[in-house]
Amino acid sequence: MNDFDFAAVDWGQAFWTIAAAALSSVSCALLGCYLVLRRMSLLGDAISHAILPGIAVAFWFGGTTAALPMFLGAVAVGLLTAALTETLHRAGNVPEDAAMGVVFTSLFALGVVMIARLSAGRIDLDPDCVLYGRIEHVLLETRTVLGREIPLAMFPLGTTLLATALFIGACWKELKIASFDPALATAMGLSAGVVHYLLMGMVAVASVAAFDSVGSVIVVAMLIVPAAAAHLLADRLGPMLAWAAGIAFLSAVLGYLGAVYFNTVVAGMMAIVVGLEFTLAVLLAPRHGLVSRAWHRLDLALRIVSEDIIARLYRAEEGRAEEGRAEESHLAGPSIGQPAGSGGFTAWLGLRRLLRRGDVKRAPDRSLRLTEQGRLAAQSLVRSHRLWEAYLGEHFDLPLDHLHEPAERVEHFIGPQLQERLASELARPGVDPHGKEIPPSDHKS
Amino acid sequence: MIAYNTAVVLAGASLLGASTGLVGSFAVLRRRALLGDALAHAAFPGVCLAFLCLDRRNLPAMLVGALMTGIVGVSLLIGLRRATRVKEDAAIGVVLSVFFGAGLALSRMIQNRSSAGSRAGLDSYIFGSAATMRLAELWLIAGVAAACLAIVLVLYKEFKLVAFDAGFARVQGWPAGRLDLLLMGLIAITVVIGLPAVGAVLIAAMLILPAAAARFWTDRLGVMLVVSAALGATSAAAGTLLSAQYDGLPTGPTIVLVGAAAFLCSALFALRRGALSRSVRQLRFRRRLEEQRLLRTLYEAAEAGRQASGGPQPSPLAPLHRVTHQPANAGRSPALQHAPRPAALRRAVRAGWLTVEPGGYGLSEQGLSRAAHVVRGYRLWRLFLSECADQVGAFGELDVEAVDERLPPGVVSALEARLLAEGRLPATEGERPRVRPS
Repeated sequence: MNDFDFAAVDWGQAFWTIAAAALSSVSCALLGCYLVLRRMSLLGDAISHAILPGIAVAFWFGGTTAALPMFLGAVAVGLLTAALTETLHRAGNVPEDAAMGVVFTSLFALGVVMIARLSAGRIDLDPDCVLYGRIEHVLLETRTVLGREIPLAMFPLGTTLLATALFIGACWKELKIASFDPALATAMGLSAGVVHYLLMGMVAVASVAAFDSVGSVIVVAMLIVPAAAAHLLADRLGPMLAWAAGIAFLSAVLGYLGAVYFNTVVAGMMAIVVGLEFTLAVLLAPRHGLVSRAWHRLDLALRIVSEDIIARLYRAEEGRAEEGRAEESHLAGPSIGQPAGSGGFTAWLGLRRLLRRGDVKRAPDRSLRLTEQGRLAAQSLVRSHRLWEAYLGEHFDLPLDHLHEPAERVEHFIGPQLQERLASELARPGVDPHGKEIPPSDHKS
Repeated sequence: MIAYNTAVVLAGASLLGASTGLVGSFAVLRRRALLGDALAHAAFPGVCLAFLCLDRRNLPAMLVGALMTGIVGVSLLIGLRRATRVKEDAAIGVVLSVFFGAGLALSRMIQNRSSAGSRAGLDSYIFGSAATMRLAELWLIAGVAAACLAIVLVLYKEFKLVAFDAGFARVQGWPAGRLDLLLMGLIAITVVIGLPAVGAVLIAAMLILPAAAARFWTDRLGVMLVVSAALGATSAAAGTLLSAQYDGLPTGPTIVLVGAAAFLCSALFALRRGALSRSVRQLRFRRRLEEQRLLRTLYEAAEAGRQASGGPQPSPLAPLHRVTHQPANAGRSPALQHAPRPAALRRAVRAGWLTVEPGGYGLSEQGLSRAAHVVRGYRLWRLFLSECADQVGAFGELDVEAVDERLPPGVVSALEARLLAEGRLPATEGERPRVRPS
């Protein structure tokens, strides 16, 4: 494989194969967004498996997959799957996941057996094709349009994408309401059931169209994976659809190239690529990704730890000021090392951050001192702490020695506004319940 | 005389079916049915990886590989569900399709690379080929089946608790998490040993179908396990035989189809929970309601007629059963606005509740007595519910003829006293007439 030469790729074939894969993937991905949002992605899985008997029947009669009757038959089977699952669940008291499992595995098995029997003496359809399609054969049948040879498969695929886009565009509002709040949709006089079955019908259409070229595995993957990744990347429906379409498109392109490079099936490679894209989304999504969430947690931990440090320095200054007013306020480095409830490493990182920001500086004897800026921040924090203690002492029946700990937690989350409200609520107290002075707010000092 | 090979295959398939049926019951009860599907799909690339490493077909290595990637897949699934906003359904779909797609890519890569001799090996893990089962494989399946049976027997009580109420099990101090993990492990091992015979795509159906079918026959876990294992064994054996008999029938799908047929029969004809018996029960219930309403309608019409004729207030009810049900009456009484269906009237006559009178129907002696009971129950319930509307939830079934069994005697007598004061308590002397059970 190392002597692989990209120049040897037949780019004409590559273009059409990628186009076919991309068209089918994008329509699946767009519809998949609604499935994922409605937590029905497995129904999409079920439908894309269950259309198989419909396809087998169509083969039986016509021997072609491009015919309109096959579309209608497959849509009927898709709706039947949704309806059967619901019936088994509602009327038969079968748990929903088991009902789905029963329906789609049975229909899929039926389809595989039918195809196996049908294809006994033929080569154009066999059970393996069911799984990974025949995208390599996309160029075998072509038709000349406007002087260009266009593969026959492009027509149903293109129509499907167009129909999907039109469906989403026309029913944008309805789909949105029914996806996010079916009860509200019903209350507004919009039948969530009708929308549901329309959507399932479209899923069946997209599955059938994609089936012949990329096979059932990729239909399932494209229905669910791009949409799940897009859901991690976007918080609004429009961008989510765009992300899903982009991810699906990219996986078609990279999947094809990967398949050529590794000499394997396009469908499998597309699944791998989309899986990698999903992994990237899980890790790196700006708000919901694991990395960004870990970073936010670390950031919060550092903020809390550094705030604890400056508050401690401030209290030390206070103590010294009381003892002998003349003495310099400073604190030995090591005693700062373990602020309450945090490990040494975060404390070290927090200290680095304070030094970098100039809230704290080192005296010549290596001890730590607050700078003017740091003192202001610490003062505000201690003010929050003592105000909260005063508030708890006033409004909750807590013993005096139970006030410190909750205040130690809450102090980091009390901003100037809340400080102001607490102060006015308590009629601007001068001292906290322990008799310590509540420092004034910044702008007065 | 069955050929030796066929005997091996049959025994293996039946044992496999029995163990998937047994383990699948817990999967279905724990709402883990589709997790099994994800596991089976995720196991497929493991088979290919093992082949890639050893460069030859080695059953134990392939099964170990399958178990590994299956476990990795399920762990990823659980991790996704816990640590990200991906919901369970999407997580299952992602793991299932990506792992299986990767498996396909790997298997094709191997096929295209090495000699044609090795290629049949991997494809058989997709749809299964029971016909090639060897004695060693049979022993493996038998061992796993025996282990599953032993574990289920030993931990029957614990599994039962976890399957039905994991939260309660935890509160009771059982290691619910570890028991759950053990159940998952059993599911994983059964799925993996089933891969060569049934294939990755449809092995999940062997977990789900027998268990879901058995659930229709019983409400008890023990019975369900036995029925499910038996169904699993039979459908696996039948499917294997069929697929051996006819050329070009892949084993996995055929077994699943037989199982689906068994499921369909169970869903339709099971004794208590099947669709047929449920609809019969529903029909009977509806007829009983119709009958009760008919009796009440006639009784209340008679009452209205009696009051209109100005009889003495606590009058003997004897003349009531002569009152006929006529369209003229229907107009006057609000109770008769829902005209009874002719079929209902005919059935009531046949059952002896009504008599055919010139120009209409009347209540028979027996019908009058039952009608009085029905009306009494109806009025007691109405009064009770209007007084204590918050209690409705406590009563699953408001059968007007069972009011004495449902409400405490003290409440009934208090309500009766109020009805009596309003002059609306029907006289119900003697035994309640026997109604055929519904």
